[in-house]
Amino acid sequence: MARPVRRLRRPRESLREYVDDLRHGDKRAAAKLISLIEDDEPEAAEAVGLIHPHTGRAHVVGFTGPPGVGKSSLINRLVRAFRTRGKRVGVVAVDPTSPFTGGAVLGDRIRMAETGTDPGVFIRSMATRGHAGGLALATFDAVRVLDAMGLDIIFVETVGAGQSEVEIATRAHTTVVVEMPMTGDVVQTMKAGILEIGDVYVVNKVDLGNADTLVANLKFQVLARDGWTPPVVRTSALEERGIADLVSVLEKHRSHLKSTGQLRRKEEARARQEILENARRLLADRVRSLSPLGKSFEALAAEVAARRLDPHTAASRLLKHAGRSAIRGAVRRRPRRARGARAS
Amino acid sequence: MAKKIRVLIAKPGLDGHDRGAKVIARALRDAGMEVIYTGLRQTPEDIVEAAIQEDVDAIGLSCLSGAHMTLFPEVVKLLKRRKSGDIVVAGGGIIPEDDVPKLKKAGIKEVFGPGTPLAHIVDFFRKAAKGG
Repeated sequence: MARPVRRLRRPRESLREYVDDLRHGDKRAAAKLISLIEDDEPEAAEAVGLIHPHTGRAHVVGFTGPPGVGKSSLINRLVRAFRTRGKRVGVVAVDPTSPFTGGAVLGDRIRMAETGTDPGVFIRSMATRGHAGGLALATFDAVRVLDAMGLDIIFVETVGAGQSEVEIATRAHTTVVVEMPMTGDVVQTMKAGILEIGDVYVVNKVDLGNADTLVANLKFQVLARDGWTPPVVRTSALEERGIADLVSVLEKHRSHLKSTGQLRRKEEARARQEILENARRLLADRVRSLSPLGKSFEALAAEVAARRLDPHTAASRLLKHAGRSAIRGAVRRRPRRARGARAS
Repeated sequence: MAKKIRVLIAKPGLDGHDRGAKVIARALRDAGMEVIYTGLRQTPEDIVEAAIQEDVDAIGLSCLSGAHMTLFPEVVKLLKRRKSGDIVVAGGGIIPEDDVPKLKKAGIKEVFGPGTPLAHIVDFFRKAAKGG
């Protein structure tokens, strides 16, 4: 897809300059790089390539839970708390895209308005753009950019999640599930899905009262995993209660991950997922193109439509073609070097 | 993935009347844009900071307190200072007619008074994002 590169409006600024500026903490460069990856501009892959080596320092904390439980307000309190502890903080907040118009209203910043112009805070709102699972496709590329910028802790806020948006748990180092009192009986907390993925559970809005039942129900359900029993923390973002407890729990989980080697394992699991996702996308791009693979894709589609082939068989043939064309590509490149070797 | 138009809708100054800003945000959403709404009582510095972090194409400022002659040009000035003069700024609210040319001279691309058709405003932001 040929699209003019509008984000890089000043041609003098190359990708490399952006990445240099980013590493010096330049917010505008960070914002431009996030856009260019999010919009899938032609330089997106190269940008990720330049940024990735400078990442791996930040603690990535995901926040999920139903709409309106106070995820943004809690993050706002945490941003302040980590700032007073001298940490630099990033936030990537995801809100849903309209399935009808493709538009979105991104409102998480409203709750975080008090961070204002603090140079140690970077907040980016992001629309899901059709991606399911509670995140946008580019959410963790944005995290990567903020990590390379040198931020110490990055909060990722999912769209208000229902019961099965669990993707965040495979991506963040620490997953915080936020609930609020009076939202259901004990059976709600017994259900599979979102209530299984927390490393930390937060019962927010304790100012409403009646939090004891939910806290007890959650404590009854959580199971120790890999030597960590997920704690249940009571907070009120409104009245700024329990925030210090939450901060210390997050720090404790981070050191638990480090000392047990789980941080490394989580990073590898995430890498696996990212490689597979990218491979899937590359393959999809290639079958949709005019390459030999694209042609055999079209031919296979016609066969399936005519009921001469089933979609399963067609898919495995397509993969065989893809493998062969990859090998052909490698072979085509190799003889040139061989010829050069003979000449010398 | 299609290129999305991103717009920041902001309320500088001290009035609490954001019905208009919300109507505009909703209209731009329905036109397929990503709208970042930052809430009430923002300083020009807050607005510019948010616009840069969100990498928006344009900013819509709404002010009903009468302080637009101070606040709107300040946003334009700060954007330029932050290497972001390419972000288009428009304004709306209760703006006396005599102020409109002065605001335009100060770099506010367009001023929308009460009664402006929404389609007109949507069209403006679409063109602004295309750099026109």
